[in-house]
Amino acid sequence: MSVRGGLASSLGSRTARLGAAAALSTGLMAGCRLAADPRPEGMAAAAPESEERSITAVSYGGSYARAVVRGYHESFTAESGVRVDLADFMGGLAQVRAQVDSGSVYWDVVDLSVAEAVNGCDEGVLELIDPSILPPGPNGELPEDDFLPEMNTECGVGSLLGSSIFAYNREVLTGPPPTRLSDFFDLERFPGRRGMRRSPQANLEFAMMADGVPKDRLYDELSTPEGLARAFRKLDTIKDQVVWWETPAQAPQLLADGEVLMTTAANGRIFNAQVLEGQPFVIVWDGQVMDRGQLAIVAGTPRLEDAMRFLRHAATAESMAGVGRHIAYSPARYSAQALIERHAETGVEMWPHMPTNPANMKNHLMADWRWWADHGDEMLERFTAWLAR
Amino acid sequence: MRSESEVVTPEDTSTRQQPVARPRWRRALGPRLRAAGLALPLVAFVVVTFAGPMVSLLTKSFHEPEIADALPETMAALRQWDGEGAPPDDVFAATAGEFVAARNERTLGRTANRVNRVVSGMRSVIMGGSRLMVEAAAEAEAAGVTTDGAFWRETMIGIDARWGTPEPWRALRDAGQRFTARHYLKALDFERGPEGGYVRQAEEWRIYVPLFWRTLKVSLGVTMLCLVVGYPIAHLIATSPPRRANVLLLLVLLPFWTSLLVRTTSWIVLLQNQGVVNDFLVAIGVIGDDGRLAMIYNMTGTFIAMTHVLLPFLVLPLYSVMRSIPPAYMSAAASLGATPLQALRRVYWPQTLPGVGAGCLLTFILAIGYYITPALVGGQSGQLISNMIAYHVQTSLNWGLAAALAALLLGGVTALYVVYDRLVGIDRIGLG
Repeated sequence: MSVRGGLASSLGSRTARLGAAAALSTGLMAGCRLAADPRPEGMAAAAPESEERSITAVSYGGSYARAVVRGYHESFTAESGVRVDLADFMGGLAQVRAQVDSGSVYWDVVDLSVAEAVNGCDEGVLELIDPSILPPGPNGELPEDDFLPEMNTECGVGSLLGSSIFAYNREVLTGPPPTRLSDFFDLERFPGRRGMRRSPQANLEFAMMADGVPKDRLYDELSTPEGLARAFRKLDTIKDQVVWWETPAQAPQLLADGEVLMTTAANGRIFNAQVLEGQPFVIVWDGQVMDRGQLAIVAGTPRLEDAMRFLRHAATAESMAGVGRHIAYSPARYSAQALIERHAETGVEMWPHMPTNPANMKNHLMADWRWWADHGDEMLERFTAWLAR
Repeated sequence: MRSESEVVTPEDTSTRQQPVARPRWRRALGPRLRAAGLALPLVAFVVVTFAGPMVSLLTKSFHEPEIADALPETMAALRQWDGEGAPPDDVFAATAGEFVAARNERTLGRTANRVNRVVSGMRSVIMGGSRLMVEAAAEAEAAGVTTDGAFWRETMIGIDARWGTPEPWRALRDAGQRFTARHYLKALDFERGPEGGYVRQAEEWRIYVPLFWRTLKVSLGVTMLCLVVGYPIAHLIATSPPRRANVLLLLVLLPFWTSLLVRTTSWIVLLQNQGVVNDFLVAIGVIGDDGRLAMIYNMTGTFIAMTHVLLPFLVLPLYSVMRSIPPAYMSAAASLGATPLQALRRVYWPQTLPGVGAGCLLTFILAIGYYITPALVGGQSGQLISNMIAYHVQTSLNWGLAAALAALLLGGVTALYVVYDRLVGIDRIGLG
């Protein structure tokens, strides 16, 4: 190409030559930099140090990551001597699939939704977990009685229940407050931008519920082309007002910055902003979409034994309660729920903030993991197509 | 005898008379070969790190053997089927056998995902059905029932009535083709019609063709913006005394040495709703507090940030061309009575054209493949086709579709390059 050939030969001054060469090479590198490095932070952290053993646990970052570190990573390291490196991701199976397919597994334990864990299990990218490793409760409760229903699957061990809710900032939204899910979609009474997670999960459910679809028929409706079109039509009504966030920590940030009038969020993130930063946020529990969280192990990890020990430790009631004392997600075991009273740092009573508190569950939807396991990838594709329009 | 022995063959003559004795073509090629040898490490590097991966990835856009490899017996049995009604018993037997085996090995999920990409909805048909098929196989074995084709036909249709219709079988057969144009069709917004074959997608689900157009428009727009902003800068640097020119050049280069991510995120700080620019405009009373401008997470943000990031690529070639234009030309034009504007238009501008061409081409080609900046500041309306390629490479892992989109983009850029060559002439491009 004469563009490049001419460059070195014909530049006048020395400065210009250096400059242009730097320009060209920086540009070329910028183009391939991201493509060339498929291994994010986790890799460097997981590199084996001579003696010390370590595993990499992956979760959603921010205040939730803090909660799991305080909740049970630290106690696991103290008990076993195995260091736990923390890596962040934004959910989904893509990176797990890529690691297993390429044969370089550098994540060990991953935080997933049940639907993702079931899919990953079907695809063989997660390790099967023997239910007999699950520890009994503090008073000897049997795991099968102590775990909430449908918390454990072949490859996933239940960790918590969390909810997608919407919230607003009382300092920004000073008029009459929104109280129902349909208010989120009401641009006439509440004009202003909306924050939403860039993902079909919970958003499709929100749209259907706000459009008046009965909860018991919601997933059947979504399974038909007409029903799906209906959900997207509802989302269309606010689309040009939506700011899409990707990492859960962005949601409270958008609210705090006044970038949006209301945002959907994981309830625990809003709670942490309320108690730790004193943000005047209000959660609207109407129409909350509750989902189960699980821990799973990436198939083929060379640190399988330590990962299993870690999983067993995480499944104890004390570990789950440790998380629940830092962030308002309900633990997956009944016995753990009983252990949580107050927030570990501020002493705020936790129960009023839990998604499973009956006061917050007057109108809630349990996400159907079977439906999402079957339709998740397809919905993501549809959703991405809809967004790009 | 003697006379015979003294006969000298032509070859001998040549060796004796010409000790340097190499055929002319070798003499000519020798230095070239050596030169080529020096370039060999570079060629090898390019082949291994660039051309090879590119070819292998582009192959994926039309070659997808995974499903055929995962279900070989099903595919063989389906070849006997005429495509009407339910297939014969041995297809049921082959499919059930492979589904149950794959499910037990936990590889069926991946196959189902791939089939689902070809015909949506197939994932649940396969995965939901196979769960019950594994149970049925175990029960049959316990009861001592032979699991032949007729058994599986009845069982599979009992589990899901759709197995009695031709649709899922057609889906399997289509998905099992090793060589396929479906990724290209999908990349051009075609979908599989109800009768098989491909039809244009409904208007509201078309995404890729509009995105290609958007990418083209944004790239052209950014290139134009860069030219409008960069031309005066390049001129200023080229006509400044050396000391000041160096300082100015450094100002152009400094952002270049800063990480792309840092530069892009600084734009977020500046342009966001509660950002520096909006705060300033509100403070001086240009806009009200409720009338803050939406300058980021939309097309405006993409334009501003991309123009900033790509500006040096236009300024630098332009600057080096401008430096080589003697200032006397402009003085001459003025002394002959040209107004400054005339002198600029008829004397200066034509001389800078090689630099304009080089800079614009470089900027345009870089812009058309950009995705980090649009991903960070573009919101949804500011996403470009490369963001979709990145999505299919990193998230949906549909590399076939990603490769097809990339191939179309590559083809488009090459076509534009050829058009440019025809209209302007690549050899007219220069960097001074």
